[in-house]
Amino acid sequence: MTTRELTYVKAFNEGMHQIMAEDPDVFLIGEDVAGYGGVFHMFDGLLDEFGDRRVKDTPIAEQAIIGLGVGAAARGLRPVCDLMFMDFIGVAMDQIFNQAAKMKYMFGGAVSVPLTITTAGGAGMSAAAQHSQSLEAWLAHVPGLKVALPATPYDAKGLIVGAIRDDNPTIVVLQKKMLGVKGPVPEEIYAIPFGQANIAREGTDVTIVAIARMLPEALKAAEALAAAGIQAEVIDPRTVQPLDTETLVASVRKTNRALIVHEAVEFGGIGAEISSQIQEQAFDYLDAPVARLAAPFAPVPYAPILENAYVPDAARIEQSVRRLLERI
Amino acid sequence: MTTSTDAEVTPATRELVLDLHRRMVRIRRFEESSGKLVETGEMPGFLHLYVGQEAVAAGVMSVLTDDDQITSTHRGHGHAIAKGAEFRPMFAELYGKTTGYCKGRGGSMHIVDMSRGMLGANAIVGGGIPIAIGAAFASQYRGDGTVAVTFFGDGATNIGAFHESVNMAAVWDLPVIFVVENNGYAEFTSQERHMKLTDIAERASSYGIPGVIVDGMDALAVREVAMQAVERAKRGEGPTLIEAKTYRFFDHQGIKGMRIPYRDPAEVEAWKSRDAIRLIETIGIERGLATAEDFERIWAEVEAEIQDGIDFARTSPDPDPADILDDVYTS
Repeated sequence: MTTRELTYVKAFNEGMHQIMAEDPDVFLIGEDVAGYGGVFHMFDGLLDEFGDRRVKDTPIAEQAIIGLGVGAAARGLRPVCDLMFMDFIGVAMDQIFNQAAKMKYMFGGAVSVPLTITTAGGAGMSAAAQHSQSLEAWLAHVPGLKVALPATPYDAKGLIVGAIRDDNPTIVVLQKKMLGVKGPVPEEIYAIPFGQANIAREGTDVTIVAIARMLPEALKAAEALAAAGIQAEVIDPRTVQPLDTETLVASVRKTNRALIVHEAVEFGGIGAEISSQIQEQAFDYLDAPVARLAAPFAPVPYAPILENAYVPDAARIEQSVRRLLERI
Repeated sequence: MTTSTDAEVTPATRELVLDLHRRMVRIRRFEESSGKLVETGEMPGFLHLYVGQEAVAAGVMSVLTDDDQITSTHRGHGHAIAKGAEFRPMFAELYGKTTGYCKGRGGSMHIVDMSRGMLGANAIVGGGIPIAIGAAFASQYRGDGTVAVTFFGDGATNIGAFHESVNMAAVWDLPVIFVVENNGYAEFTSQERHMKLTDIAERASSYGIPGVIVDGMDALAVREVAMQAVERAKRGEGPTLIEAKTYRFFDHQGIKGMRIPYRDPAEVEAWKSRDAIRLIETIGIERGLATAEDFERIWAEVEAEIQDGIDFARTSPDPDPADILDDVYTS
């Protein structure tokens, strides 16, 4: 297996090229995905390689983009429908949660919907309230959907391949702020199965569950804590639906303390679910209440100083861990 | 926009008249029977009856094959039946039994029959329209020569999904036919209170595709315009919007009648006097293509099929709550 350093967006792009070469039933539609290659260059080169039958620019019509994907998937194709910014899922929500998510169950198993929705989430670019959100908890709440949030270049490639090969409707949320982040990526095609957390760093004193872009921040915090003799275990669930509670619970049973970090708002966020699962399955092992660090209950603000205050970072993660360890 | 007055370019035959008649009688009797069963409390759930609009489903479906796909609405029994759905799994589904089309998971508003190209009824108004353009996209992608048809009401043409879908289908010349069954009411709100237009077919011009108006009580006329739209789609020339002017004889939901008199009784009676089933019987007899006995035999055969379907549903097993998580995901 040859591995080299690729950026997050290049790794994703390579996964798209390889899966489209592998499976002629895979096609891509979305706003500016063909001629422009996607506004974040996620889809560069696909039009040239696969032609305009399989890579198509659409009108600005999110409901039709997703609905077309649902119908084509129900007929056995493997559509990849891009929604550019995660905020735009609101425009297409009926097709996502009433149609794609429900068809299998509502029709008694008669139909499968192997649809993949790609989008870009997260703050940090002064893109303000309608281009910065992290809405994974909405999607994870709907039975029938699967939701992945790659946090490394390796995962960006492996999760898009895994999503497209999956026979269910999946949403892959890329992190805008991580597009240029580099990391090791194998050359050949590979899939990361959904529901398999990544133990990014092993430790014994505290478990940090980090969602999406909070993974590199948590690893930075863990470095700083290690210098002070505190060994943090950092886990990225990778997919929030399905959620690998087994790995999370096993870790907390070992470390006896847990902090969950995400950049979605704290109230009703996926951290609430993870916290609840940990308390239900590892209560007797806990030396402190499960802690959460997430965005305040407000839309994402524009001014850099406000946005920086809004999104958790390594310094605040470190601080939260120290507070958690002070409790005996 | 064109209006199809006497669209019979293709001459009616005995087989065609009897085929259309049987499709419509099957719909009518299934629905009347279901209505009674819901009224007595034997069957659960909502029931949106299609009675009155049978000519639309029968006419369109008579030009499709099992490989052609349709999407339907909350008022979807007629589409499923006209596409060939069987009474046993349909009644069983309405009864919520494991032998139903959806194993008791979907009910009246979600009948599906993939073996016949019935891609599912949809309880979100306008929800099936984008799905149909996806089915049509699959036809075009594979070059398999099939078409997709999506049925919806006048009310659904005010939903964004309708406009997005017609536009995208037009831009990509997708082999899809949009059939609006204009029964004059979006639930309880009359057309003049929910749009400025009289003819919904006019909306086609906004997307650069043909819009055709047809008498939705005349199955032969509907069949003719559907045939032309299907041929156009198969030639790769893209979608057509067909507006079938029709009427529902029962209320928006159920058979008990109107809680609020939102429709003029004279209007209801005027449409009932143009009953699609009576109309095709008259045409068949007047043209010497069929006899009163032919039609009576169809009514009787359908009646036996109805009773068999109800008996089957009544004696079928209930779903097991232990299986409640099955089919949330494909594993």
